Amino acid sequence: MTSSPKKPAPRTPVLHPNVRPFYAQHSPDELKEALRRMHLVRKFEETAEDSYIRGLTHGTMHLSIGQEASAVGTTMSLRKTDYITSTHRGHGHCIGKGAEAKYMFAEFFGKEEGYCRGRGGSMHIADPESGNLGANGIVGGGLPIAVGAALAIKQQKRDDVAVCFFGDGASNEGAFHESLNMAAIWKLPVIFVCENNGYGMSVSTKRSMAVANVADRAPAYNMPGVIVDGNNMADVVEAMMVATARARGGEGPTLIECKTYRTRGHSRSDRNKYRTKEEIEEWKLRDPIPHFVNELISHGILDATEADTIEKSVDAEIKAGFDFAVAGTNPTPQSLTRDVYAREIV
Amino acid sequence: MRELSFAQALNEALAQAMETDPRVFIMGEDIGVYGGAFGVTGDLVHRFGEDRVIDTPIAELGGAGAAVGAALAGSRPILEFQFSDFAGLAIEQIVNQAAKIRYMLGGKTHVPVVFRMPSGSGTGAAAQHSQSLEAWFGHVPGLKVIQPSTPHDAKGMLLAAIEDPDPVLIFEHKLLYKIKGHVPEEQYLVPIGKAAVVRAGQHATVVGSAIMVHRALEAAEILAAEGIDIEVIDLRSIRPIDTATIIASVKKTTRLCCIYEGVKTLGIGAEVSALIAESEAFDYLDAPIMRLGGAESPIPYSPILEKAAVPQTDIIVAALRNLVKGQS
Amino acid sequence: MAIEVILPKVDMDMSTGIISKWHVSNGDGVKKGQLLFEMETDKSAIEIESPAEGTIGNIVNTGAATAIGAIVAMIYSSGEKLQETVAAAPVIAAAEIKVETAQPILNVTANGTGLRATPLARRMARQHNISLDKIKGSGPRGRIVSEDVQNHKPAQAQNPVPAQAQNPDATLALYKPGSFELVPLDGMRRTIAQRLTLSKQTIPHFYLSSTCDLSQLLEIRERINAKAPLDADKKPVWKLSINDYIIKALALALQQVPAANVTYTEAGILHHHTSDVGVAVSVEGGLFTPVLRSAEVKTLSQISIEMKDLAARARSRKLQASEYQGGTTAISNLGMYGIEQFTAIINPPQATILAIGAGTEQFVPVNKLPVLKTMMKCTLSCDHRAVDGAVGAALLQAFKERVEEPALMLA
Repeated sequence: MTSSPKKPAPRTPVLHPNVRPFYAQHSPDELKEALRRMHLVRKFEETAEDSYIRGLTHGTMHLSIGQEASAVGTTMSLRKTDYITSTHRGHGHCIGKGAEAKYMFAEFFGKEEGYCRGRGGSMHIADPESGNLGANGIVGGGLPIAVGAALAIKQQKRDDVAVCFFGDGASNEGAFHESLNMAAIWKLPVIFVCENNGYGMSVSTKRSMAVANVADRAPAYNMPGVIVDGNNMADVVEAMMVATARARGGEGPTLIECKTYRTRGHSRSDRNKYRTKEEIEEWKLRDPIPHFVNELISHGILDATEADTIEKSVDAEIKAGFDFAVAGTNPTPQSLTRDVYAREIV
Repeated sequence: MRELSFAQALNEALAQAMETDPRVFIMGEDIGVYGGAFGVTGDLVHRFGEDRVIDTPIAELGGAGAAVGAALAGSRPILEFQFSDFAGLAIEQIVNQAAKIRYMLGGKTHVPVVFRMPSGSGTGAAAQHSQSLEAWFGHVPGLKVIQPSTPHDAKGMLLAAIEDPDPVLIFEHKLLYKIKGHVPEEQYLVPIGKAAVVRAGQHATVVGSAIMVHRALEAAEILAAEGIDIEVIDLRSIRPIDTATIIASVKKTTRLCCIYEGVKTLGIGAEVSALIAESEAFDYLDAPIMRLGGAESPIPYSPILEKAAVPQTDIIVAALRNLVKGQS
Repeated sequence: MAIEVILPKVDMDMSTGIISKWHVSNGDGVKKGQLLFEMETDKSAIEIESPAEGTIGNIVNTGAATAIGAIVAMIYSSGEKLQETVAAAPVIAAAEIKVETAQPILNVTANGTGLRATPLARRMARQHNISLDKIKGSGPRGRIVSEDVQNHKPAQAQNPVPAQAQNPDATLALYKPGSFELVPLDGMRRTIAQRLTLSKQTIPHFYLSSTCDLSQLLEIRERINAKAPLDADKKPVWKLSINDYIIKALALALQQVPAANVTYTEAGILHHHTSDVGVAVSVEGGLFTPVLRSAEVKTLSQISIEMKDLAARARSRKLQASEYQGGTTAISNLGMYGIEQFTAIINPPQATILAIGAGTEQFVPVNKLPVLKTMMKCTLSCDHRAVDGAVGAALLQAFKERVEEPALMLA
């Protein structure tokens, strides 16, 4: 779904003229594809989790279950030439930017067919060809990189944007502040998307930040700081529409804070000792996927049967992707030092 | 023959690279109208404009990361650290990002960034502005680390670094900025990973880099009067290291002394010594390997102490005499 | 369809877990997310929730370490029939990732003797078969350095092992056992190997060839031999060979071209006054090259008699060292084997050696008509460090003139 914003999106005649821009400016097919991607993210992670707990894969992973709206909503209208930098909780960003589940599974299983040929694993899935500059294992690692990508965009006189995902935890890193400052002084086309899920591993934002919102920090860098319900597709997408137009128009960066929640632990080793079951249950009721389905039904874009069909259609892709990964090629030890350098050293 | 200073040679390399390749740009602290803390960027901002000669905020981590991101997005950034010591603030981006992105991504991309690292002692700037950290970065697969000793190599190696598809750190010894030497006007590359035998000799091999090459050559001249014939190798590249040239030399001279300004323990000399001990040159050694490195202390302020903290020519002369005459 | 409850992996380095407590019993109704059991791991206990809603059955409670991925219960939806047994193993074994084990690190046994010597000194000692404990080290704390081994060498190097013989095992391994007989090296063989290896490796050889007309020489030899006086036993006092003429011709040629009568040393070129001609004599198991001293002043008959004596004593290995050392040139004659032409290796410290082929009858144009003559090919090997091309050529030319015009030898 890398549509060009220059091409006017077909409108659906059934909608009321006062309907909000998200539904007004995206075709039914685009909206359904967004829903499909949300399911794909969810099922990819559930299958990955199942593989992990069965001991089929190596290493850990960080699940974004519950955060699908911010991942898919921020990426659904990006071009292929736009960049994203992602985080350790980045499966949704990858799928949102167009990654295929089978190559992601292959990476997760450490196979040569994976996006990173088994060198990166869950935490580093990337696809530079589609503008995905990579998920990052370092909290805050992608922030200055996104600024640099935007600097290159500006120098190369392109009207692309760099979308920088990070969490509430990263906003306490020095890199966050240096990056926002540089993006602002140089008016770079960066959209800083903070997925604030309330916890930096186990420490809540209440204990780690003196301000209530990450977006409260944006004014210090003279950029708009927008807070949205990160579990509401329309809210996320509409904030992105404004920020993207601003960035492409040379007006500089925007910070969007998506308030959301991960219903799983930080990683699979998490015992959830720092939060209550009640809190988790409460957020599960705010699951972005059923919410989006209900919105689509209420706008007459699809019915319950079609919603079910979309969800089921993802299962086959997931199953095929999983099988593809299991049947993939293990790297040979001889290839250990391949790709350390682009030009090999003697 | 046209002579330029080391700093002028670097400036010329930057200018020629920007003239020929629109992707190339430079960034760093006070590199614009100020011209760089050591004058290397000079008037480049007037020639190429603020879009390609970018003064960054005092934000080493952010600056380094921006250089990495620009490299990933198709540009050819060169980031000047005002002092290589400040790269400590940016280790994250240099070591965790620049060095590893290509590998983590299975070779799907590469990071053609150059980090310029003014380094070394002798200026009275004390502990936080005088270090020689090349061995730190030389320990990281994915990085290339070079250290020219002459104006000629400074230009040729900086151009090679800019042309290289991988992240390259070029360590520039601050005391060398003013030295002059022949520098061709045209663009040329001095290959990364190749050492140079800058003085042939038969009694002992000295392996050094940057300013230590000059001190080793001075020592060799003094010893020549005593009939001691020293071969001097300018390492030029810390990673990759030119093992073949060092091995061939030691097989010829039978003795090895490594001279480097970085702290002696776990430094470049440790690596050079070990590679000789592991190689076929071991059976040609006619004396224990010798290392002369920086003292096990931060660089002090007092000029007396500062001098004592790194190998000086008189120390090198005495050490090499011992090495060849077998008094140690 | 019944849903599996598995023992999940929760920590990265975990391969087994122990169920410490079940919170439900077989037949209980469970809700999705309800606490099912507690599991002990290395880190701490973790509570495991139900993956689905239904009725639980087939609860496994071993109390022992259980592999991750193992099924520990099943959850049935309403109306579903309880299975008798459940599959136990995970679909894919994680252990499919095989890592090739690295070569074990070799146990390096120190062959130290408490003796201090540099690696180079040790290597040189090994090469020359010298025991280091016989050497006194001149380095710091008695360390033996290469110079000490070099200085020690003369006393030990009587029978140095030629380079090729250093590792005979590798060569032996190339041939089938029993397909050969190993004849140990004797002193002469070792000396030949060492000296000729040294010569070929250190002396820059070049070679000059020429063909000599033997017609006059053969005629004169016949006349002189016919006139030989008889001794008490009625035997001729001399019987000159062609080789005797060749010795004489070369000795005189060296006097005419003194620049070729030389020896190369690092100290300088030795210009010899006399022509001391070595003559290769093949003996059982090798060869000697006894030297005819001052051959230029000796008569052909003296040369002939002396040569016979030297050759006889060479074959019985009774030559004194002084009789085969030194010399300023040498002759190697393989004509009696029918060899027409060959090149010889210089015998140091000499600077030249002349390789003589067989005299063969050939038609040679004389005044545009073919005339049958006996021709002899000879090849001069020169040490280019001391003898340049033109000097060598002048020597060979002077030699050829005397062979073709034997009367000149009277001059």
